Amino acid sequence: MRKEESLSIANPDYNGLGALPKLGTTIGLLSIIVFVMASFNLLEEANSLLLGVSLGGTFLGIVLYAVGIYLNKSAGIKNDGVFHRQISNKGLIAWLIGIVLTGYYILLYLYPEYLGLAAEGDTNTGLIGFFDPLSMFFKGQPASQWFVYGTFYTLAMLSLGIKFMLKYRHNRYQLMRTSVVVLAQLLLAYLLPEILEGLYSGEAYFAKDIKNIWPLNYYFFEEWHLTNMVDGGNLGMFYLVLGIFMFLVFTPIITYYVGKRWYCSWICGCGGLAETAGDPFRQLSSKSLKSWKIERWMIHTVLVLVTLMTMASLYGYFSGNSEVFGLSIYTYFTKPYGLFIGAIFSGVVGVGFYPLLGSRVWCRFGCPMAAYIGMVQRFKSRFRITTNGSQCISCGNCSTYCEMGIDVRSYAQKGQNIVRSSCVGCGICAAVCPRGVLKLENGPEKGRIKSETSLMGNDDLDLLNQLK
Amino acid sequence: MSKIVIIGNGISGISTARHIRKRSNDEIVVISAESKYHYSRTALMYIYMGHMTQVHTQAYEPHFWEKNRISLVHDFVESIQYEHKVLELKSGTKISYDKLVLAVGSKSNMFGWPGQDLEGVQGLYGLQDLNALEAMTDSIEHAVIIGGGLIGIELCEMLLSRGKKVTFLVREKWFWKNVLPEQEARMLERHIRSHHVNLVMGEELEEIIGNEKGQACAIKTKSGEEIACQFVGLTVGVSPNIDFLKGSDLSLERGVLINQFFETNIPDVYSIGDCAQFSEPIFGRRPIEQVWYTGRIMGETLAKTLTGNRTAYQPGFWFNSAKFFDIEYQTYGTVLSQRLEGEKDLYWESDDGLKAIHIVWEVETGKFKGINSFGIRLRHEFFNKYLEEQKTITEVLSHLMDAKFDPEFYTNYLDQFILQFNQQNATQIRVKKKNWSRILKFIKY
Ligand SMILES: Cc1cc2nc3c(=O)[nH]c(=O)nc-3n(C[C@H](O)[C@H](O)[C@H](O)COP(=O)(O)OP(=O)(O)OC[C@H]3O[C@@H](n4cnc5c(N)ncnc54)[C@H](O)[C@@H]3O)c2cc1C
Ligand code: SF4
Ligand code: SF4
Repeated sequence: MRKEESLSIANPDYNGLGALPKLGTTIGLLSIIVFVMASFNLLEEANSLLLGVSLGGTFLGIVLYAVGIYLNKSAGIKNDGVFHRQISNKGLIAWLIGIVLTGYYILLYLYPEYLGLAAEGDTNTGLIGFFDPLSMFFKGQPASQWFVYGTFYTLAMLSLGIKFMLKYRHNRYQLMRTSVVVLAQLLLAYLLPEILEGLYSGEAYFAKDIKNIWPLNYYFFEEWHLTNMVDGGNLGMFYLVLGIFMFLVFTPIITYYVGKRWYCSWICGCGGLAETAGDPFRQLSSKSLKSWKIERWMIHTVLVLVTLMTMASLYGYFSGNSEVFGLSIYTYFTKPYGLFIGAIFSGVVGVGFYPLLGSRVWCRFGCPMAAYIGMVQRFKSRFRITTNGSQCISCGNCSTYCEMGIDVRSYAQKGQNIVRSSCVGCGICAAVCPRGVLKLENGPEKGRIKSETSLMGNDDLDLLNQLK
Repeated sequence: MSKIVIIGNGISGISTARHIRKRSNDEIVVISAESKYHYSRTALMYIYMGHMTQVHTQAYEPHFWEKNRISLVHDFVESIQYEHKVLELKSGTKISYDKLVLAVGSKSNMFGWPGQDLEGVQGLYGLQDLNALEAMTDSIEHAVIIGGGLIGIELCEMLLSRGKKVTFLVREKWFWKNVLPEQEARMLERHIRSHHVNLVMGEELEEIIGNEKGQACAIKTKSGEEIACQFVGLTVGVSPNIDFLKGSDLSLERGVLINQFFETNIPDVYSIGDCAQFSEPIFGRRPIEQVWYTGRIMGETLAKTLTGNRTAYQPGFWFNSAKFFDIEYQTYGTVLSQRLEGEKDLYWESDDGLKAIHIVWEVETGKFKGINSFGIRLRHEFFNKYLEEQKTITEVLSHLMDAKFDPEFYTNYLDQFILQFNQQNATQIRVKKKNWSRILKFIKY
């Protein structure tokens, strides 16, 4: 008898947490404790060294953890136990994380004083005060709640982006996409604006993240913002022209060629956070036909609202009036939009509810930019997800892991291509498909939408018919 | 309007129901014992591994059935009175039919081994099996899986994902020998071992040994070795699930005997899918086809017949796919485990031993016969078209970039493959760039 033993029968895929992940978790938790202590003013001697150590510790902790759990396993899909674990299956831990995140966003947007933001003239305390040294370093000003937020945001994307890349290290599409989105956040959204802010510190503020395009950046055309750009010298004019160009020319052209993915999963900060920090929760999005209906109503409503709000602002800017049709532009247009959509929807609900509703709630139900480029993608684009003939076994992995709640399987099992305005082109459906059925690609518009099953018969029980 | 009753809500039965509804207003009733709603049997492993819950494996939302007026009956059919066209269900209900479709699937093979009825011994076919496995998972430390096919390797992967030690006993000289050529089987064996499966080739089960509580505690192999274990997975193939159909006028052999229109010997009674056996199989195909795709194609075809357009089974060219741990497999056309006379082949494997392509053609005519691909995705329509048009190996290879289906930015292994082809066959095939207008010619839209 020939008996062949494997090198080791001990199965490294299932040993609980190994030493490295444990070390990572410890370092990460210790660093977070420092931030919590800072928030409650419990640090006797807060200084830049301690800040650096705890920021670095958070990063290191997450990366060590990820290296420990992924690098000793073979490269491939790593979804074992997703629906057995509390955190990824709406268990108690998920609720706790959801509550903490939501609370943090509420403080951030509505009550920054509790995070230690000082009134005019005073010195910051608490968490915000803890970040003063870093902010001074960049731009010679004390930190604001937005500076703290931006730093945490970038840190989360950087470290959890590395975790994501280790998880999908067999997939070059995922590696490319994630490096780009993380670098875009680090350089374009965080470092460059902070540095420019430092260089032009005397001037009035305007947004300096060039990839934060209207209508996602809803205040771009608000009166104060336009004024500050126009008064902002060459840099201000540059940002004004660039902003209009990005929205009007660049965006639709690139979307025509490659689909909305260039923005939503390669560039955008909201999308980037969802793809990295939100990855463990992508399977929680609802795939029901009902949520698709709700989604289409909501997202297009927000697009209409931002358009109305912007038209009112522009009217105000050019006419010099503070009212339109007798309604105050600030009270009835810009303020409510900023509060309800800009803060509560995109932040509190959008990120706070990751562990309960999935990672793309904002992108799917609220983002007006997604609505805009989604229409381009649906009606005038070369992008599609091609279905590979009749190879689908209806297993459901693609639909389950689509963060946008697209029922990918309902198309794939009929041999139809997926052409949906909401698809952000993350490529995860194609990655998790065990039969090689799905391919994101750009090609001629002809033949992009298949009306029939590809090989056998003619499937007219079309999903769209069901909606009627 | 007639009343069509379908027994079995697997892919075959459900495809029939959906396609009847597209074509007619007939009354449709689907009776099934396993679960109320159709789910994807192929996804059983992912439920156990925690990639999905059972609800995720249901391809249609509950309202779909109402909307399409397909009535679902969750019950077991005990007997059929063909002369009165009536079914008797376990609950005591009787259901009449005008036309009856038997799409009752398979059951796991058990070859009468001593100890096969012990606790902890089972196959993997349906939800009941999955529940039984789940219930005893905590008490498993070491599992032995018997049989080197697709379900066996899935069961290995499932148990490994839950931290069990796994021994995989394969009777044949190489893995999945009745389907795969030796080269790719060897590559897969290395991959299986790299996942810490104790793979034992060329070894058979003699008996399963139980303890005093009636639980399996070890197996004995033909060569006399004993392996202690708490679980024995019997995955030595499946056979038609026709026990409840025995003892009537219905002609049975291994499965329900049918002609090319899926008609049984009894009028208005049809059979499709895993349980059906063609009395005269199509040339080059098996009399019983037990795969997902053929079940679906049979269902779609039968729906035409049932709605007045009598249509024969024409499944087209063979294709299939699977996944072995991290390695995806796709096949198009015919690549037999041994070359036939007059056939030539080329096997290419990547340096990391995780990707391979095996292509077969006819020496004399150069006609392309089939391709096996591992770890590289290929376009189904491309090969369907090239097989249909009887293209030569040269034509296939020079247009192979049209068939590339890997995600964007992936290393292009097809170049390496063609390089090796040219070297070994002293050919100078030049690979053309991917061309959408060529692709559009074979894609139906
Ligand atoms: C674990 C596993 C993995 C697989 N993976 C693949 C794969 O990757 N690719 C592939 O091509 N194929 C795969 N197969 C094979 C494929 O799933 C089958 O060929 C296919 O599901 C058969 O479909 P069917 O509709 O003919 O029968 P089934 O799906 O078996 O449906 C028959 C149904 O009828 C019910 N039934 C039977 N008798 C009665 C009765 N008397 N009363 C009421 N109800 C009854 C049964 O409970 C069952 O639900 C796999 C099979 C298994 C078990
Ligand atoms: S359809 Fe696929 S690529 Fe598009 S968003 Fe969903 S998972 Fe991502
Ligand atoms: S993951 Fe692949 S095989 Fe499974 S349902 Fe989706 S497309 Fe089909």
